[in-house]
Amino acid sequence: MTLLDVSGLTVRAAGGRALVTDLSFTVDSGERLGLIGESGSGKSLTTLAVLGLLPEGMTVTGSAVLAGTQVVGAPEKRLTALRGRDAAVVFQEPLTALDPLMRVGRQIAGPLARRTGLKGRALRDATYEALDRVRLPEPGRVARAFPHEISGGQRQRVALAAALACEPALLIADEPTTALDVSVQAEMLDLIDTLVREREMAVLFVSHDLAVVAKVTDRVLVMKDGRAVEEGAVRDIVGAPREAYTRDLVASARALESALDLRSAP
Amino acid sequence: MTPVLELTGVAARYRGARTDVVSGISLAVRPGESLALVGESGAGKTTLLRLLLGLARPTAGEVRFDGAPLAPRDREQMRRFRRGVQCVFQDPYSSLDPRRRVGAIVAEPLRSLGLDSRAGAAPKVAAALEGVGLPADAAERYPHEFSGGQRQRIAIARATVCDPRVLLADEPVSALDVTTRVKVVELLAELKRERGLTLVMVSHDLSVVASLCERTAVLEHGRIVEQGTTAQVLGAPGHPYTRRLLDSVPRLP
Repeated sequence: MTLLDVSGLTVRAAGGRALVTDLSFTVDSGERLGLIGESGSGKSLTTLAVLGLLPEGMTVTGSAVLAGTQVVGAPEKRLTALRGRDAAVVFQEPLTALDPLMRVGRQIAGPLARRTGLKGRALRDATYEALDRVRLPEPGRVARAFPHEISGGQRQRVALAAALACEPALLIADEPTTALDVSVQAEMLDLIDTLVREREMAVLFVSHDLAVVAKVTDRVLVMKDGRAVEEGAVRDIVGAPREAYTRDLVASARALESALDLRSAP
Repeated sequence: MTPVLELTGVAARYRGARTDVVSGISLAVRPGESLALVGESGAGKTTLLRLLLGLARPTAGEVRFDGAPLAPRDREQMRRFRRGVQCVFQDPYSSLDPRRRVGAIVAEPLRSLGLDSRAGAAPKVAAALEGVGLPADAAERYPHEFSGGQRQRIAIARATVCDPRVLLADEPVSALDVTTRVKVVELLAELKRERGLTLVMVSHDLSVVASLCERTAVLEHGRIVEQGTTAQVLGAPGHPYTRRLLDSVPRLP
């Protein structure tokens, strides 16, 4: 079943310049799609458009149907119902995504209460459980902490816990590991993979890093200058890119990676 | 050969702090030989770079430049030091003054070191811009007219305009897209090869380190857990932390 159907999506800046042009793709229930591209390719704007979160002044045309609801042109009230339940998002920088003045526990309890109607002790237990599920040690301590009191990796786990607390049908992850150290990134990717698999959730994973995308998704859409360049299975795109731009992207990633291989030779 | 830069038993702490951020650090940078400082956030990489730049003072041990202890009060030595050791920062969006033309930005070290007058600097600036693959008319333009990769080239031109022996680079390519990253890595490799420039690079990106540096020191919690040739450290890591770093690097399928 199609969960997200984007077709002919075009996003324009206030001055009329097209930032995303005639973009079409679909994500089925439980399916994982990677959006890959470099800065300015329009990949993040696409995710914001899907959630109806584009900055003021930008105009959207075309269509983005999420779980049967047309997002483009929908009133804010209908979008609020959609966000969280149908799609939740984890952004790149957890320090700005979390409310700095609110204890971590409350930021997870909020969406949890909205979805489950839990209160008091039951809500607190559910919050601890949500923190435990993203493998945060000492959920009690973390729940009482403010975002600045925990590490970057822990913050991103909290953001993931808050997104998952809504049990969304679609998890949107926009460069969720770019701000993290490489070993923390590996744990985070593994965590996303496991939790999403358990819930049979669909994922839209945005990244500039092919190797990172390949860890989580099986299908990717390559974007450049706001347009789709090519789409296919990760294996095919990496193994046999058809378009010149994708070939360039893969060759660059391979060139850096191969430096590591030469040194590894005995 | 006397190391250009050397740390012996160095420890440092933040102002007012009771514990050291780095301690027991001994490493040497020999002329023409490039060193990578590898580790994750909070490992003390940037503190080490600040010590090597003379921007922070050790609480124990010594920082040596050309064999002599670095003395920030010794103006003659500091002049030689500033001329010999230049740096490139991570974020080319914040390290270039947006209100000055690229020509003035690149000429800055020549001016502040008192090496050249404005007229005398022009040909050197043009040569530095050409050396990093930017068009000559770049000097007349402002930083915002350039992409991230081009801005990092401008920062490299500024760092190399006074012909330094050592380039200290703090995560020089991590803010760049992968295709741009490859090109800037190639540029740094070329500067090393053609000018015999010594590179000291702080990075968490092991493939960039492997592409550029002959030697690697791995930092964890303010201490060096392993150092040696890059082939040895990354090819046959002896410390579990180094192995964990290597295993964490995502690979293409």
